[in-house]
Amino acid sequence: MKHFIPFIVAGDPNEEATIELALALERIGATMLELGVPYSDPLADGPIIQRAASRALKQGMTLVRALDLIGQMRKKGVKIPIIVFTYYNPVLQLGEERFFTLAQKNGASGVLIPDLPLEESGQMRALSEAHGMAYISLVAPTSNERIAKIASSAQSFLYCVSSLGVTGMRDSLPADLHQFLHQVKQHSRVPVVVGFGISTAAQVDRLKEVCDGVVIGSALVLKIEQLGERLLNERMREEAIEEFEEYAASLIEPLKKVDRNESEGAIATSKTISTRQAD
Amino acid sequence: MLKMPNEQGRFGLFGGKFVPETLMSPLEEIEHELKNALADPSFREEYMKHLREYSGRPTALTYAHNLTERYGGAKIYFKREDLNHTGAHKINNAIGQALLAKRMGKKKIIAETGAGQHGVAAATVAARFGMECKVFMGEEDIRRQALNVFRMKLLGAEVIPVTSGNRTLKDATNEAIRYWVQHCDDHFYMIGSVVGPHPYPWMVREFQRIIGEEARLQFLKEEGKLPDVVVACVGGGSNAIGMFYSFLHDDVQLVGVEAAGKGLDTSEHAATITKGTKGVIHGSLTYLLQDENGQIIEPYSISAGLDYPGVGPEHAYLASIGRVRYESVTDEEAIRALQITAETEGIIPAIESAHALAKAFQIAAECSREQTVLVCLSGRGDKDVQTVMAYLEEGERA
Repeated sequence: MKHFIPFIVAGDPNEEATIELALALERIGATMLELGVPYSDPLADGPIIQRAASRALKQGMTLVRALDLIGQMRKKGVKIPIIVFTYYNPVLQLGEERFFTLAQKNGASGVLIPDLPLEESGQMRALSEAHGMAYISLVAPTSNERIAKIASSAQSFLYCVSSLGVTGMRDSLPADLHQFLHQVKQHSRVPVVVGFGISTAAQVDRLKEVCDGVVIGSALVLKIEQLGERLLNERMREEAIEEFEEYAASLIEPLKKVDRNESEGAIATSKTISTRQAD
Repeated sequence: MLKMPNEQGRFGLFGGKFVPETLMSPLEEIEHELKNALADPSFREEYMKHLREYSGRPTALTYAHNLTERYGGAKIYFKREDLNHTGAHKINNAIGQALLAKRMGKKKIIAETGAGQHGVAAATVAARFGMECKVFMGEEDIRRQALNVFRMKLLGAEVIPVTSGNRTLKDATNEAIRYWVQHCDDHFYMIGSVVGPHPYPWMVREFQRIIGEEARLQFLKEEGKLPDVVVACVGGGSNAIGMFYSFLHDDVQLVGVEAAGKGLDTSEHAATITKGTKGVIHGSLTYLLQDENGQIIEPYSISAGLDYPGVGPEHAYLASIGRVRYESVTDEEAIRALQITAETEGIIPAIESAHALAKAFQIAAECSREQTVLVCLSGRGDKDVQTVMAYLEEGERA
């Protein structure tokens, strides 16, 4: 199978549910997990993830607690690599060194900071390297001549932003997306994964031939929002998780039909970084 | 200091470009075009022509004779940015950015606004230059500034209510940036203050420094010397940078005045430099109001234009090297200064500007009669009369 990288928000709707959701995503074949740290001013996010962040913040979620939650996930049996998705300001406030120390201690595998472009990321990259974590880079449809520079420093996988705009479900993806992905793949030595706006199995089906995997965020986060009450209720949680698992599996169904050779390649890549975090 | 910012858009430690990758190329394009424009004498000529013929510059320097007598200390002068077309300094920057947008072939403008002054300025230049204009404004500010909302609509702009967060300037800026990320191919984002990612803090300063350039010459002509103290209010800080920039290398005390809201010892203020810590907001490393977990705290001020949790990175730098002193003034002190200025000099200042006035009066009273204080009266108060009325009525009831 190609990469399926789901995104969920730490503490939405609460910590126990987040752990169960992560386990469910691993069961259906997620190759990595992007764990979103809620932020008061998420500039790169659309309304669905903004709402999730504010639910999680109301629960008292913080960057330190999110890192601690990764440790709890590891104890409960989540084995896939976990990428911490956080805006830069909470990291700055916690202290960059301390952030990586805690992330490493809790078994995080990588970090993705949406508001830290290449030019501002030197120190974070160095610290990430020193702590054996992957630093995830993004390229966007506007990147043009920046693509080569960004791709050359990419680790683990290269995150391609599908279209202009913030995160969120899109009815259609841009017509020139394939061309953009083709261009990125020419420069990239790591798997090329597409995210932003991917919210249906049909979209996944169309993308699977031209990239090495997909990130799905808002569609899953919206489902979590709809299941909110039931996820919070311990007696109803199991059933809600099942419903979530079924929905998530339906979105990535097309990925399972990809040939075996590629599948081995993808798993090998994800193992590279999961071993790293175990060191 | 004149070389600031450096190639990375930093003023010392502060500034930079903390934005999603999607915006990096659009920002580089703007920077490139801005450099060309600033080096092009015909651009400067056109900018000055619009300032003169459309906005009515140079704005007056007014000696506040009655206030000087009242406080019995330093002579008090006002730089009258309130006399600009649209009633505040915001038009200086809006004209500059509209000309740059035109140069870049962009016909659609996005702007954020707090008090509505920048929104009105953006809507005004959009009308003048035949551009389409969308103004993002928090719902709370829409309520506080109904008059300016109507003005923007009259000018043909679309006002987009923002319902996230506290529904004020910070949230309007977030939403404007999100919209820009989606439409950066054909929209120009016209930021209203010296905030945001590089090159905005630099660009807005370049389009506001006319305030201090004029004031310096006018003051020298009037008094035969430079002022001892220059005072301006600071939200994002564009009128203050515009005013201070020409005096940075002189032996002149510079005082920025932040909004202390209901008091610095309460949680309801917007005194970013006085009470904030280093962090990233709207693409720039600066001082901001945040909690111990790095979540941004909603600020408060009676003045919608100062109600912002961050501050321009150049102010953060000037504070860090001690070149500018930043102080603060409460809602109550600002309203009192507004009343005094109205009664004494026949000028109703904006509540934002009244913060600078309140501090200037305190300073003037402590000075000798040989000394002089120059205040940037950044905007007129017509937009604020309802807010002031409500505030005073509430005071009477209490």
